[in-house]
Amino acid sequence: MGNYITFPDLLIWLPILAGFFCLFAVNQKHAKNTAIVFSLLTLGVSIASLFFTNSEKYMTYNNVSYIWLKYLGANYYIGLDATGRMLTLLTAIGFPLILLTSQNDQLKKPNSFYGLLMLTQAGLMGVFMAYDALTFYFFWELALIPVYFLSSIWGGERRIQATFKFFVYTFAGSLLMLVGIIYIYLHTDARAFVDGTIATHSFALNAFYNAQLSGSEQAWLFALFFIAFAIKMPIFPFHTWQPDAYDQSPTTVTMVLSGIMVKMGLFGVLRWLLPMFPNAAMHHANLVITLSVIGIVYASCLAMMQDNIKKLVAYSSIAHIGLMCAALFAMNEISVQGVLLQMFNHGINIIGMWIVVEIIERKTGVKKISELSGLAASAPVLTILFVIIALANIALPLTNAFTGEFLMFAGLYQKNIWFAVFAGLGVILSAVYTLNMIQKVFYGSVNNVTTEVKDINLTEKLVLMVIVGIIFFIGVYPQPLIDLTSESVTNLMFKLK
Amino acid sequence: MNAIILTAIWGVIMMFSGVFVKSKTAPRFVAIAGMLVVLSSSIIELLTKKSFFNFDHNNMLHTDGFNLTFLAIVMTCTLIYFLLTGTEIEKVGSHVGEYFALIFFILCGISIAATFNTLLMLFIGIEIISIPLYILTGSDKRNLKSNEAALKYFLMGAFSTGIMLMGIAFIYGGNPNASFYIDKIQIGLGHMPVLIAAGLLFIMVSMSFKVSAAPFHFWTPDVYDGAPTVFTSFMSSVVKVAGFFAFLRLFEHSFGIVHEQWQQLIAFITVATLVIGNITAVFQQSVKRMLAYSSIAQAGFMLLAIFALNAKAKEGILLYSAAYSLASIGIFGILTKMEDYTIDGFNGLGKENPLMAFAATVFLLSLTGIPLTAGFQSKFFMLMAAVDNGHQFWLVIVAVIFAAISAYYYFRVIQAIYFKESDRNVVVANAVSPFFNYMLIVIIALIVIIGIYPEIVIGWMYR
Repeated sequence: MGNYITFPDLLIWLPILAGFFCLFAVNQKHAKNTAIVFSLLTLGVSIASLFFTNSEKYMTYNNVSYIWLKYLGANYYIGLDATGRMLTLLTAIGFPLILLTSQNDQLKKPNSFYGLLMLTQAGLMGVFMAYDALTFYFFWELALIPVYFLSSIWGGERRIQATFKFFVYTFAGSLLMLVGIIYIYLHTDARAFVDGTIATHSFALNAFYNAQLSGSEQAWLFALFFIAFAIKMPIFPFHTWQPDAYDQSPTTVTMVLSGIMVKMGLFGVLRWLLPMFPNAAMHHANLVITLSVIGIVYASCLAMMQDNIKKLVAYSSIAHIGLMCAALFAMNEISVQGVLLQMFNHGINIIGMWIVVEIIERKTGVKKISELSGLAASAPVLTILFVIIALANIALPLTNAFTGEFLMFAGLYQKNIWFAVFAGLGVILSAVYTLNMIQKVFYGSVNNVTTEVKDINLTEKLVLMVIVGIIFFIGVYPQPLIDLTSESVTNLMFKLK
Repeated sequence: MNAIILTAIWGVIMMFSGVFVKSKTAPRFVAIAGMLVVLSSSIIELLTKKSFFNFDHNNMLHTDGFNLTFLAIVMTCTLIYFLLTGTEIEKVGSHVGEYFALIFFILCGISIAATFNTLLMLFIGIEIISIPLYILTGSDKRNLKSNEAALKYFLMGAFSTGIMLMGIAFIYGGNPNASFYIDKIQIGLGHMPVLIAAGLLFIMVSMSFKVSAAPFHFWTPDVYDGAPTVFTSFMSSVVKVAGFFAFLRLFEHSFGIVHEQWQQLIAFITVATLVIGNITAVFQQSVKRMLAYSSIAQAGFMLLAIFALNAKAKEGILLYSAAYSLASIGIFGILTKMEDYTIDGFNGLGKENPLMAFAATVFLLSLTGIPLTAGFQSKFFMLMAAVDNGHQFWLVIVAVIFAAISAYYYFRVIQAIYFKESDRNVVVANAVSPFFNYMLIVIIALIVIIGIYPEIVIGWMYR
């Protein structure tokens, strides 16, 4: 390995390179175009990697490993597996869409803005591909730091407090995870080291899977990791940073946060938590699902009460993530497959939602639902596209989210009927608040805020149409996505046995 | 051995440099040249394991890869310190040569305290470190705060020295071998003799005082705040880690065998230090005072090495020495250039001087322990040592929770730098030379390199 230019290398270094170029860009346009070009290149690489999924035949294209800290047995080890491929694809699709619609008006220090954004992408890619616990932790934090600066510099009025709350929550969580990582590391089999020259512990994923841990150790290690992931997702009661952070961040960053970054938490559970502590996970599954379901209902109720359109979308996101977390801990084949589908679809849909919210806020300068009315008259195209995205968000049949949610509910039902019932309440409530919002914002009589609004321009149309296209394509024909991810489901089920 | 002799000689040279050359800037160049000599000689000794000077010290000093690496780190950091803030030392007063001479004597003390093999050498080393520090603290003669700090430091320091001497006497008395050598203190595994126990306790108290561990930390904020900022920088970085190194060396060799009997006590001191350092730092308005409390908080993390007392702890203390000294020297160096030492004084630095702002951010991130910086690796190794130790896992959880709290006060400065607008005309009061900027870049590079590849530091000790 190492002689080839591999997919994981490209997926990480292209964004880093882009970030570097953006930092030296002369003006806003230059920086933005650099970022867009590189993110499209990244997308190309990510799509190309879909044709090299055969893990044995294309081993050298999909894995990169360098010895990093020899005495510790830590390697810089990244690679693409089924889940990783799906999530890197989501990241690669998400960023060009986000960049294309990012606000066009004057931004202060645009080169740093786009530079940091691209570094975030590199961090996210790394998290989704890491096969080594220390590499994972590095990328995990690396994705956080640029976002902290992005939100704190370019955010809303209360940005400093809101972002700092977000930072401290996640930082505390990741430190607890770090302690967990160290503990497992010290209990890994000494022979697991790849080099073979030095007998040492190892940070490798497989060594972590095979670590010798007693039942009680598993239990509290589970707690350490779970808190870190739960904060990131976030699920009740670790969610309090989220609405403020989403509301105060610049919308471009909110899209990254809610579309892609929350998947880090789910991914962490999928890749690390469940296979490492299957027994503890079984043992705590009911507790976690209960928390998630409480979160779903609670967030849905709060979403109904919101007048701030950004907070509404933020709470709706908590509800959706809660459902995915619950389904993940149902730990049967159907529900996990559902989660894998839904991770992708939720990313696409929520980015679509935020794009529309951002357009509305930019065009009217208002984010209160009560002050908006009759947008459909002045912006018909926007309305049609948004209604489709919103329906996908409620998971109507023929939209992408339907398949995923259906599978998740089927899985939850197998686990316990009451979980499915209460989680189902979330779907009904989501229909209530989403349709209510559409009705108030887009229909009704035109008021003085909305009369002047012009319809969306070509770029925005194109971006939203791409999203709607994906929604329908996967809604009608989800098989490619299932094929892509089913290998992960089988592997996980094998570990959980 | 090289470092001890050469620093002592160069200290004397420095004292005369002010007499023979009238120029005020000359001593700085002599000092930098001396530092280069000392640094290269300690690196040569580290590589060849041979000293230039062979004298019969009756095995009272002992050098190995571990403490020679530490000395190389200390000398490198001091060289960077001279290069970065040498001009600030010149501004403190008129006795420039003497200030540098005192710093060289401190380095001589550090070299002894790092290589001691008997309790007497430890005592001499600690004293040679302390006495010049009292003078440096009070060197801003017309400033009442500086005077007060020096007096306070001297009185408290003398008291703690007395306690240490008493502890040494007790141990000598209780030791059946009647020996001062640290490896020949016979304790046995069973019940500890009263004299040894008392001696151990006294030494622990006085060492805790020297490294400003709670509840013996009370001198730290006042002294660090009162002393001229350049000297605070030196005190809180190089001198502090030297104290820890001596602490670790003594307890590993002399009392390692009864580790479990005093571990609980160190755990208590660690928690107290973490709590007091971090919580008090949160409420500070002055950056200098905040850094003083944060140095107590960092001491709490370094105490984990003494708590754990294993191979990882030794690697950790080396990394911590490098990471913490570099970040500390850097941030204090920037502080000396500021108009206003309060946190609000940093408002708008990001706009006025982007490089300095970026440097300050990297140093603060390193102190917080964010990955890609040296600070992360040092905290990571400390945590690993403490977990590997196998006892008292709760202490590790407490430590990481306080590490998260520490983000609060470090990030307040970052927030001021980048996210707040300044209401004053100048944020940076003193002229910033291009050389200062280059040095900042060097420190940033070192922090990031160690952050990515820590074996560059710890690899030396296994040579």
